[in-house]
Amino acid sequence: MDMALELRGIDKRFGDVHANKDINLQVRQGTIHGIVGENGAGKSTLMSIIYGFYAADKGDVLVDGQVLDIKDSKTAINAGIGMVHQHFMLIQNFTALENVILGAEDGIAIETSLDKARREMERLASEYQLNVPLDVPVEELSVGYQQRIEILKALYRGARILILDEPTGVLTPQETDHLFKVLASLKEQGTTVILITHKLREIMAATDEVSVMRRGEMVAHVKTADTNQEDLAELMVGRKVLLRVEKGEAEPGDVKLAARHISLTDAQGVKRLSDVSLDVRAGEIVGIAGVSGNGQSELLEALAGIRNIDSGEMYLNGETVTAGTAIDPEKVRQLGVGHIPEDRHRMGLINTFSAYEAFVLGYHRDASYNSGVLMSQKAMIDDCRAKMESWDVRPPDPFLKTANFSGGNQQKLVIAREVEQGHDVMLIGQPTRGVDIGAIESIHKRILEMRDAGKAILLVSVELDEIRSLADRILVMFDGIIVGEVPADKADERTLGLMMANIVPDEIKALQAEVSA
Amino acid sequence: MSQQRIPAWITVGVIPLANILIAAIAAGLVFLYLNINPIDALQSMVSGAFGSGYGLGYTLYYMTSYIFTALAVAVAFKCGMFNIGGEGQAYIGALGVGLVCLGLGGHVPFIVLLPISIIAAAVFGALWALIPAALQAYRGSHIVITTIMFNFIAASLMNYLLVYFLKPVGTMSVESAVFDRASWIPQMHEVFAFFGIRIAASPLNLSIFWALFVAFAVWVFLWRTRWGYEIRSVGSNTSAARYGGISISRVTILTMLVAGALAGFMALNVVQGQAHQIKLNLVNQMGFTGIAVALMGRNHPFGIVLASLMFGFLTQGGSELQFEYSVDARIVVVLQGLVILFSGALQHMMKHPIERLYLNYARRRDANADDQHPAEA
Repeated sequence: MDMALELRGIDKRFGDVHANKDINLQVRQGTIHGIVGENGAGKSTLMSIIYGFYAADKGDVLVDGQVLDIKDSKTAINAGIGMVHQHFMLIQNFTALENVILGAEDGIAIETSLDKARREMERLASEYQLNVPLDVPVEELSVGYQQRIEILKALYRGARILILDEPTGVLTPQETDHLFKVLASLKEQGTTVILITHKLREIMAATDEVSVMRRGEMVAHVKTADTNQEDLAELMVGRKVLLRVEKGEAEPGDVKLAARHISLTDAQGVKRLSDVSLDVRAGEIVGIAGVSGNGQSELLEALAGIRNIDSGEMYLNGETVTAGTAIDPEKVRQLGVGHIPEDRHRMGLINTFSAYEAFVLGYHRDASYNSGVLMSQKAMIDDCRAKMESWDVRPPDPFLKTANFSGGNQQKLVIAREVEQGHDVMLIGQPTRGVDIGAIESIHKRILEMRDAGKAILLVSVELDEIRSLADRILVMFDGIIVGEVPADKADERTLGLMMANIVPDEIKALQAEVSA
Repeated sequence: MSQQRIPAWITVGVIPLANILIAAIAAGLVFLYLNINPIDALQSMVSGAFGSGYGLGYTLYYMTSYIFTALAVAVAFKCGMFNIGGEGQAYIGALGVGLVCLGLGGHVPFIVLLPISIIAAAVFGALWALIPAALQAYRGSHIVITTIMFNFIAASLMNYLLVYFLKPVGTMSVESAVFDRASWIPQMHEVFAFFGIRIAASPLNLSIFWALFVAFAVWVFLWRTRWGYEIRSVGSNTSAARYGGISISRVTILTMLVAGALAGFMALNVVQGQAHQIKLNLVNQMGFTGIAVALMGRNHPFGIVLASLMFGFLTQGGSELQFEYSVDARIVVVLQGLVILFSGALQHMMKHPIERLYLNYARRRDANADDQHPAEA
């Protein structure tokens, strides 16, 4: 079989970072080829070289057997390479059709381009199940549709090699399934697909062959049929990893955290939470599942005192807070409620601070870190160093700028800071977002240890696998409401996926009726 | 190979010096255009600013003012705000100092009066910054716009007060009465004379020690206290600060109060130390130049002390040029502009080449070291 794309000895450095070391890759014509690797393994750099964003220091890119000098993305597009980025590159107030022709207009009259594009879109839609409302502004469409538009954009430009970078991060399981069907029919028609992801399950489900990257090197090429998730994880990390942590039965105690009919409207006047109620007991993990942007962030921030609720009541470790009560994150912490925020860069850490400074954020007024008017450098640094040791933060250097730690180590810093305060209740958002597989394992273990130590834990995550492996009960959110509750043992992918799209399966309805009766 | 980092002496030493060097070359071209030998011009600037006790006194006197106005910019900058109101805050600070000196001068001993005038400078400057701060904190009005407007309001207010209240009856010029001698901050030549040492008379006064102390105190405040911690948190990442339980509006107000107080201190040097009366336009653009000084000092108190010396040199050396070559007085502004252009706006122009040069050098050095110890593996 012919090679659609071949890389020979690609080498790329950024200053002292050796992002790609002598990479060789062969992608067969008409296959779906997966590329896996941890964050920072060099996948994105490699794809940027193929798409002409960066020039390789050494090595050749061959398209259809011909060496191609890719100077910019235009060369790549003309050679039939299309790219669907992780963050969509769409103009929000343009329609699908307008986005598709953007930069590929023919002639000066826009109408002729639009007509031609419409005919082409209709053909592609029927051929690959890529239906999209063509005349609605993109901002009104779901992310699933937006992604299809990105794919259509690439196909419209004649892509025969389609690269998708982490395409499923924002999709529901059903949308993901649909995407994989689309990819399969593209493959049947002879398109070559390169799928970059860190989700091993998707590699197993969608690809024919898979290449594994680790620390800038290609460490393995295998046929998907000849491998499994555990082996791939080991290849990615370089050691054996547990994909699912062992977990005993929960022993729930008293209610430590509760919300009663809370509603919240954001600064733009959009209703983010409507009539949300939940209970979290000591010694259990309650998971909140949902496609990102359905009110989970607002729920977490309301409970943490960062946002004010419009109505309703919250119960925070013994203290009742009603709408209108003055509450702030400091007070919530003093009540014994810790918060690991969803986005460590935006909220959990201050990138310009040294590790020891970021490590006291939220606790910087504590007597233990202050002596008189001055902060005690020694107390802060000693404390940070000690916790870095016990949480295995690498490098264990309190003076290193927070920005210079890897994602996993940054996350450990945040988790260590909040957990070591000994709070009774923990609000945890996306604990392993952008964290390497090896670190995920240890973070999951720590969360379970907290549960077993009798903490009440509310866990928000968009990773269904994470929710399913950690939570004892799962609440599903959609558009600011709680759609329903699923016990962990009933939580299969299909059920959760339907509920994330606001469809409650009958058996879950029956279960809920039983509980409330 | 270990990951190379850029050492601090390159970032804070070599790169700023390279920037100043380029500014000097550009200034040289300006002098060539004016038919002045650049080397001669530099020589007369240096000797004018440092060559005599008199010149040095002026250089350090200007430096003192710049330290205060630049710190007022830097503290706000650390909180993510651009305080352009140093000019007005210093002017109103002068009102505070002047009122104390006019009211108490001669009635209380200097040692009692000085702390009161220091507090008055701080309080008046801070209050002038409070209104823009509150407008930003609670109303969302942008601090850049409001502080600029407050400069004009301050100028008009001082005009009014001088003309209708402070100007002694029967005088023509718009300025207050001269303060009682007992309220003057001693000038350096007087201090030296007290110990029997004669130095040239210049406006340089004891305020310079207060300026150096305040610069150190600002460093302690920003990097060693929880208030400074909160200010830097808000300046670096507002949502993380909010997550950390820090009230953004409270910190905004605290920061601007401190900034206003720092600008107000400038009046100690200019009014109580030199002019000994409240005059029209006494701040004389030094509040604005403070922005450039803060930029060049990288908003760090120690950098600001050095940058203030540099700008003191430019101000004093530049007026010497004007003397010697009868060029336009605005040559000083041109020189300052070039320094600001190359070490402010274009401060990263030299960063990349210099860092690459260093990294290449370090890599070669490491390679050599590896050759000499090949067994290490």
